[in-house]
Amino acid sequence: MNIYFDNSATTAPNPLVCDAVADAMSNVYGNPSSLHRMGKTAEDFMTDCRARVAKSIGATAEEIIFTSGGTESDNTAIIGYCTANKRKGNKIITSKVEHPAVLEAFKFLEHSGFEAVYLDVDENGRVDMDHLARELTDDTLLVSVMHVNNETGTIQPIEDIASAVHAVGAIFHVDAVQSYGKIKIDVKKLGADMITVSAHKAHGPKGVGALYIRKGVRISPIIHGGGQERGLRSSTENLPAIAGFAKAADIMTENFDKSVSAMCGVKNYLKDKLTSTLPNITVNTPEDSVCSVLNVSFTGIRSEVLLHVLEDKGIYVSSGSACSSHKKGRSHVLTAMGKRDNIIDSSLRFSFCGANTLEEASYAVDVLSEQVPILRRIMR
Amino acid sequence: MERVLLVRYGEIILKGLNRPIFEDALMRNIRHRLRNEGKYKIYKSQATIYIEPAEGDDQTDRIHEKLKKIFGIVSIVVAYKTEKSMEGIYNIIPDSIGDVLKNAKTFKVEAKRSDKKFPLKSPQICEEVGGFILDNYPNLTVDVHNPEVVVHAEIRDDNAFVHTGREKGIGGMPVGTGGKAALLLSGGIDSPVAGYMIAKRGVALEAVHFFSYPYTSDRAKDKVLKLAGIVSEYVGKIKVHVVPFTEIQVQIRDKCPEEYLTLIMRRFMMAISERIARENGCDALVTGENLGQVASQTMLALGVTNDAVDMPVFRPLIGLDKNDIVEMARDIGTFDTSILPYEDCCTVFTPKRPATKPRLEKVVKYQQLLDCEKLIEEAVAGVETIIV
Repeated sequence: MNIYFDNSATTAPNPLVCDAVADAMSNVYGNPSSLHRMGKTAEDFMTDCRARVAKSIGATAEEIIFTSGGTESDNTAIIGYCTANKRKGNKIITSKVEHPAVLEAFKFLEHSGFEAVYLDVDENGRVDMDHLARELTDDTLLVSVMHVNNETGTIQPIEDIASAVHAVGAIFHVDAVQSYGKIKIDVKKLGADMITVSAHKAHGPKGVGALYIRKGVRISPIIHGGGQERGLRSSTENLPAIAGFAKAADIMTENFDKSVSAMCGVKNYLKDKLTSTLPNITVNTPEDSVCSVLNVSFTGIRSEVLLHVLEDKGIYVSSGSACSSHKKGRSHVLTAMGKRDNIIDSSLRFSFCGANTLEEASYAVDVLSEQVPILRRIMR
Repeated sequence: MERVLLVRYGEIILKGLNRPIFEDALMRNIRHRLRNEGKYKIYKSQATIYIEPAEGDDQTDRIHEKLKKIFGIVSIVVAYKTEKSMEGIYNIIPDSIGDVLKNAKTFKVEAKRSDKKFPLKSPQICEEVGGFILDNYPNLTVDVHNPEVVVHAEIRDDNAFVHTGREKGIGGMPVGTGGKAALLLSGGIDSPVAGYMIAKRGVALEAVHFFSYPYTSDRAKDKVLKLAGIVSEYVGKIKVHVVPFTEIQVQIRDKCPEEYLTLIMRRFMMAISERIARENGCDALVTGENLGQVASQTMLALGVTNDAVDMPVFRPLIGLDKNDIVEMARDIGTFDTSILPYEDCCTVFTPKRPATKPRLEKVVKYQQLLDCEKLIEEAVAGVETIIV
C-alpha cells in the first residue's frame, strides 16, 4: 500500500495536468514574443492560461505574473516592492513562523539597511495582533504574513491584519501557497496587495507559480532581461508548466468543495483516532486550522525515526517542514509557538489532498498504534 | 608543444631487492587510475615514471590532476618535450618556460645527460643553456645558490626535456603493497580520514558500514557510499559492506543497562567487522577512534572495544586534535559530505550517562545477556556489498 500524506511538500500532478503540459510542450512551442503566427498562437494561449489562474483567486489577468514558484513570488513581492518604494519607509514586518522564502528575503533586506521586525505568535501559531499594532508606524513600508502555516496548518487572521496594515498606509503581502485549493481565496475579500501561489501544491507542475499584484502597486523586477511579464519577470515564458498550472486551477475550482470535505474527513478521523488510541500524543495543529495539515507529536520518539518506520509501511509523511528538515536545528515554527523541545523533536506532519481516503487514514492509525508503543519501549 | 609528466617516487627506492614489486604496483595503480583517460605512453627509466599523453593539453591536465591523488608519488614534473639537440632546447624555451623566466630576477641551469653519446657533457649543457637564457632574458642574472628559477635540461635516449622543477606529490606508498584492511565507515568526519591515512601507507581498503533502518535512512546510506567514493579517488575501488544492524541495536537497548549501550554496540561492530574482514582477505581493522573524543573513546573504553577482536586494529587518528582531523577532512574533500545532517547509527541510541570508565568483565557479562553468536551470524549473513 502506498499512502501519500505529504501533500504540503508537494502533490501528485493530476493526469489531466500532465496531458496539458505534454500537449502545450508538443504543440504550442512558439515563443510568445515572436512576431510570427506561431508566436501569436503561443501568446494567445498564455493569455487564456493567465485568465484561468487569475479567476481561481478572483483576480483579473492583468494582476497576475507567472514566476518559477512560491519562493520566487515571495522574493519578487518583498524585495521587488521594497526596492521600488524605498522612499516611502524603512520598516518591514513579518512573523516568526513564515516560510524561509519570506524570512530569508527579509534577512536580505535587513542587510541592505531596512529595519525588519519579526512578530511573535501565540501558542496556536497565530500572529500577536497587539505586537503588530505596536510595530505598525507611518514608516512601515511592507508587511508579509502567510495565509496558512506549512508546518501546523494555522490560519492567520489575514483580513484583520490587512485593515491594520492599510490603516498606516503600508502594503500587505500574503504567502498563500498552503491555502491555495484548501481555503477559497478571493483577493478582494482577503484584502492583500500581493499574493503568492504555487502550482505544485495544488496538483499542478513544479517550477511554476504566480504572484498577484493589485493594480496600482508598483514593484521592481528582481530578474532582468527581455522584458517578459510586463518587465517584472524576464525569461521566456514556461508555457508547458503554465498550461499545467491553468489546468490544475480549473480542476481545483471545480472540485473545491468535494476535496475540502474529503481532507476534513481524513484529518479529523486521524486526529480523533490517534488521540483516543495512543497515550502521550500532542496535537500541535490548532482547532480551527486548515483541512490539509495535521501536526502531531509522538513524545519520546524522534520524528526522523518514526518517519522511516512509516515509510517502511508505505506511508509518507514529513518531520517538521520538508525544507527545514535538511537543516540542523529545531522547527522555527514550533519553537515560536513555545513548544517544548521533546514535543518539537517528536513532531510529524501529516498533510492531505482531496484524493486521500478514510481507509488510508485507518491503515495509518493501525500502523501507528502498533509501532509507537514498540518504538517507545526501545527508545525509552 | 608536447608536455610529458615525470613521476618520482621516494621511499620505494629504499626497498632494496623488493623495489621492483613496489614500482610495478605504482605503475599498475597509475594505469588503473588513468584507465578512462584516453591514449598515453607510460614507461619507467632511472627511478622515474614517464607518462606521455597522446591526446593534447586537456588530457595532460586531466592526467596531472589524477596523479596528484595517487599514493606513492613523491613529486610530479610537467616537462616540455623537444628534439634531442641544443637547438631543440633553445627552440622550446620561449613558449614553454618563457613566462616564468620573464617574471624572475635570478636563475640557474641544471643539466642531466643519460645518453652519454650526446656531444656535450652536463656542465657544458648548463653553460650553453645559461648563455642562451642570459642573451634572451636581460632581466635575469645567474645565482647558483638561491635562484628563483631552476631550469632543468635533460637529455634522454630519444628526446630532450625542459622544465622548471617539480611539485610535491601526495607521498605515501602504492596502495596494495601493504596488504588490505577493513575500515569501519560511519558517515562522520573521522572514519574517512582514518581510511585515507592507512591507505596512504600502501594498504588497500574495504569498508564496513552499519545500517539501522529505520533508525537511520537511505539518505544516511547514500552519504556513506558518497564518502567511500571520495576516499576511492585516492585508494581505488572500495567494497562497502553494509551490515543490517537494527536488530542488534534494539536487543541491546532492550536488555542491557543503558550506560553500557554504546560500548556493547561497539563490541558488536568490531566483532562483525572482523568476520567480514577475514572473509574478504583483510588482515586488520581501521577505525576513526580518537582518544578522549567521546565517552566510548576513553582509554578504558577503547580497551573494552579492542578486546572484542583478535585482529590488529589501526587507529591513525588516535592522538590528533579534532581541529586537525577537520582540516584533513577538508583537504581530502570528505568534510562537506560528512556534515550532512542525517541520523547515524551511533547517535540514535545514545545513553544519557555513558560509562567512561567501564570495567571489561562487567561489559562482557552484560553482553552475554544476548545471544551474541546468533546475532552476529545473522548480521553477517544479511550483508549487502556495494562496490564504489
